[in-house]
Amino acid sequence: MVMDAMTTTTYAAAARARGLHKVYGEGETRVLALDDVSVEFPRGEFAAIMGPSGSGKSTLMHCMAGLDSVTSGSATIGDVELVGMKDKQLTRLRRDRIGFIFQAFNLMPTLTAMENITLPGDIAGRKPDRDWLARVVDAVGLADRLKHRPGQLSGGQQQRVACARALAGKPEIIFADEPTGNLDSHAGAEVLALLGSCVRDFGQSVVMVTHDPVAAAHADRVVFLADGRIVDELRTPTADSVLDRMRRLDRVG
Amino acid sequence: MFRTALRNVLAHRGRLLMTTLAVLLGTGFMTGTMIFSDSIHQAANNSRSKDFTGISVQVADDTAGLPSSARQNSTKSSARLTEATVRRIAALPGVAGTRAEVSGTAAIADKNGNMIGDIMRSTGANFVPDAAGNDARYPMLQGRGPHTATEVALDRGTVEKAGYRLGDTVRIAANGPAISVTLTGVFSSDAPAVRSGNPLALLDTQGARRVLSLAPDQYSSIDVTAAPGTSETALLHAVTPLVPGGNQFRVETGAQLAAQQAERLAQSGRSLATMLTTAAGISLFIGIFLIANTFTMLVAQRTRQLALLRAIGAGRSQVTRSVLIEALLVGLSGSAAGLLLGIGIGAALAAGVKSLDADLPRAGVVITPTTVLITLLVGTLVTVLSAALPALRACRIPPVAALSSGEQPATHRSLFLRNVLGSLTTAGGLGLVVLGSTERGATARLPLMAGALLAVLGIVQLLPLLSRPVIALARPPLARLCGTPGSLAALNAIRNPRRTASTAAALTIGLTLVTAMTVIGASVSDAIDRAVTQEMTADYVVTTLTGTLDPSIATSVAHAPGVVASSPVTDVEWSIAGERTEAKGLDADSADQLVRPNMSQGAATALKRGQILVDSSFASRHGLAVGSTVTVAAPHGTGIRLTVGGVFAPSRMLAPVLLPGGVVAAHQPYAPAQQILVKGANGATPAFKQALKDATGRSPVVEVENKQNLRDGFDRTITFALNLLYALLVMSLLVAALGVVNTLAMAVFERRRELGLLRAIGLDRGGVKRMVRLESVLISVFGAAIGMAFGVFLAWAAGTTMTVTLPELRTVLPYPKLLLMLLAAVLVGLAAAQWPARRAARLDVLDSITAD
Ligand SMILES: Nc1ncnc2c1ncn2[C@@H]1O[C@H](COP(=O)(O)OP(=O)(O)O)[C@@H](O)[C@H]1O
Ligand SMILES: [Mg+2]
Repeated sequence: MVMDAMTTTTYAAAARARGLHKVYGEGETRVLALDDVSVEFPRGEFAAIMGPSGSGKSTLMHCMAGLDSVTSGSATIGDVELVGMKDKQLTRLRRDRIGFIFQAFNLMPTLTAMENITLPGDIAGRKPDRDWLARVVDAVGLADRLKHRPGQLSGGQQQRVACARALAGKPEIIFADEPTGNLDSHAGAEVLALLGSCVRDFGQSVVMVTHDPVAAAHADRVVFLADGRIVDELRTPTADSVLDRMRRLDRVG
Repeated sequence: MFRTALRNVLAHRGRLLMTTLAVLLGTGFMTGTMIFSDSIHQAANNSRSKDFTGISVQVADDTAGLPSSARQNSTKSSARLTEATVRRIAALPGVAGTRAEVSGTAAIADKNGNMIGDIMRSTGANFVPDAAGNDARYPMLQGRGPHTATEVALDRGTVEKAGYRLGDTVRIAANGPAISVTLTGVFSSDAPAVRSGNPLALLDTQGARRVLSLAPDQYSSIDVTAAPGTSETALLHAVTPLVPGGNQFRVETGAQLAAQQAERLAQSGRSLATMLTTAAGISLFIGIFLIANTFTMLVAQRTRQLALLRAIGAGRSQVTRSVLIEALLVGLSGSAAGLLLGIGIGAALAAGVKSLDADLPRAGVVITPTTVLITLLVGTLVTVLSAALPALRACRIPPVAALSSGEQPATHRSLFLRNVLGSLTTAGGLGLVVLGSTERGATARLPLMAGALLAVLGIVQLLPLLSRPVIALARPPLARLCGTPGSLAALNAIRNPRRTASTAAALTIGLTLVTAMTVIGASVSDAIDRAVTQEMTADYVVTTLTGTLDPSIATSVAHAPGVVASSPVTDVEWSIAGERTEAKGLDADSADQLVRPNMSQGAATALKRGQILVDSSFASRHGLAVGSTVTVAAPHGTGIRLTVGGVFAPSRMLAPVLLPGGVVAAHQPYAPAQQILVKGANGATPAFKQALKDATGRSPVVEVENKQNLRDGFDRTITFALNLLYALLVMSLLVAALGVVNTLAMAVFERRRELGLLRAIGLDRGGVKRMVRLESVLISVFGAAIGMAFGVFLAWAAGTTMTVTLPELRTVLPYPKLLLMLLAAVLVGLAAAQWPARRAARLDVLDSITAD
């Protein structure tokens, strides 16, 4: 069904934000985390969100993924408006149409790798698509570790399991918040390659938050955030060009 | 340092609340059971006690009023205590006064002819008026004492129960027929028996003699009061020579009487005392458990806090002292509050049990110093130990290590030693239980009880080991029924086996006991049921509450309208085939219409041919079969040869040997019948029952019971014991629930990150709640199921030892009740999960994911 939507409404973005505002706190402690952000993530794109610490990257991702409420503005996944949704609807939306990869603690420690991969589908009570699952498992290269529990896997392997989980449900879009933040460069590269192949081999849409220019260089497009505003954008980035933009941002900031 | 401790206590209100509640409930539970136990015990003793104050020496004729046959059996001479005896004693120097009594067991009828109270404790006695017409022992509240043989005064309680008014006719009976007397007065009495609700009827001396079947000049006892300066012993020596009949009568001092009574009470109350002490012991155990458990739960949180204190420069001894003082504060205040709660619980229990059974003696709330001391001591000590030991251990860890440990991992300290110890204890316990079950009767009790206790301790040790496979077994069905939350709940429940085990243990212990007793109760009821319904075809059994029936009653019953068949049942103890055995004599012609022994050989009609029936165990002991001849020795005749006409299955209702009534009459003519079996033309109908009552003179001591009444009579003691235990169960469930709340609250706190993750990837609030609830239910049902399984085993073992007294016994599982217990465990789980589940569902997704 998701695939159908992809092919029929080719022009609808996977995720889109319009005039997004997010305010934390009140009075003296009031923080404007997102300030009129409008951004679009088309289907089949690997996008990166970059910016200095505290610039609102995580907040943007959380708001667009239905993990956090917005103060004003609009956020859509496919053609579904998130703003105004009830908790139950948001939960279903996250379960059925969004894949998540967090920086750490992505997996249920009590479940095996395989059980973790199928968890969202199991929660939904869906029958797993065996062929698809086999392809996904093959792509993350953990066929021999499926019976292991997270505690028995390395950090990189754990993140790859998280990628597989995000992929398994054929979501509209995958959100990854600093997925390589806790990994060494080698494991990080593996995970980034995997995210890239999600887009290129599986036709997924991926949005990745990072502050690492090398990571961002894997993306098709980089969106730059500073003080809760989108300040720049870069297509077909390289590590150098990203680093260059970041330096400029810092100087401006 | 005291201030630091106090501040520490106050700064962590949540923890304070949890621990104080644990101490409060733990001690309250324990204290409640002890107070309840003491109160019931005291009440039982009161109702059986006589007051011996003012009695220096008592001369008593214990056989006064007994039927002549029994009298002949027990005494050779027929001397009596008479007015002459009293006068001679009164004339002795050193005697300040005498009181000649006529007293004995007598039943008082209510307006419908039914007896008030319990026959064993219902008394008739003579009113002994002074010159002014008063008896100092029994001050009149209304009316006056009895003046003639047809007047009576009753105690206030009895009058209230029966609804009598002055001037009403009251029927009173002992062994003989009931007599009618007029109520002239209502009195109060300080006698413990009367105060605890037992009936007392005062008649004038002649009237009392008439009711109690004493000779016209006879007394049943003489109380002698010594003048000041005369010792009881001196008086005893002076009185003894004046008593007729050699040593036929008891002559004892007040001190001796009191001592004997204490002894007797201790004897008769032993089984009740054992039961109540067991209950108190178990509650103590569970109470200690709860307190220790709560502190263990909180130790993780605690360790980090102490490390912080140490890191900012507090010395080790300072920290130690603050911990001890804190524990002392919580322990003392918690157990003091627990004492109050316990008094409430004890009073409520006593009232509850009383409301279940109105004939129970009235119970005041008895608070002994021991109870107070144990409560405060145990509460404080257990608190200090269970709070301080882990904390002190924590102090030895270098502060930095403790602080940087971050996420507190489940302790994977090896369970090896625990499992080995647990296995050994369990095996030893089970071995003893099995050993006990091969014994029969009372000798089995000790190994059985010791084994059960040992095995329970062992099983509690093994609970962590058992939790993994047992709960893993529940995962697939749970996953199928409740989806992912079910599956996750099962996994969560076995994450920390130690914690799961200590949470479930309270339920295991409680349910072991209750299940065992319930199954035994059901099995006994079932056996009696089968005996009554299958082996008895009579519609009514006529008995007297005093035990033996006057032969005239058998005749009147036989001629009552509607009687098809009736037979007196006479119990004798003869030597048959060389074994001294109980035998029942039945009317040979009608027996086959009244009893239906489960015959394996021959027929019950053999009695008509003058042959006897024996049960299969008697037959196999002596190699008997139909046609065998046995030699019998009876009081009037030896070398009697009788033929076996049938063999039947052993039965509680019958005796090992059944004899034709004629044989009994020939060889023990004075043997009184114990009961009369009656069959009516239209079965058991109220009209027929009334006809039988009328035929027996509507005496309150004559009971006409149908099968249901018989069953109820047997069931009553079992029901009482079970009710006590159910009260205990309710409390252990409460305690268990608190433990579960503890465990789950901890778990939710520790697992907030994965709860956040689950919410993020699509588990809704309902799913989270379900997961926590299911985990809770799993833990409680696990504990309950293990306890119930072991309880059933114990019941089986105990049941096999009881087949001596109840041959029909076989283990019967009362499924509805067992199911109800399991359901109770489910409810405890659900109720306990309520708050933790809500907390888990309300966790903020982002806070949880980003928490560290
Ligand atoms: N829950 C919160 N409450 C208050 N302020 C917050 C909260 N979360 C984020 N912020 C603030 O919002 C701003 C953006 O935060 P975040 O999106 O986490 O930035 P980034 O991920 O780019 O480091 C920061 O100034 C941060 O302090
Ligand atoms: Mg961030």
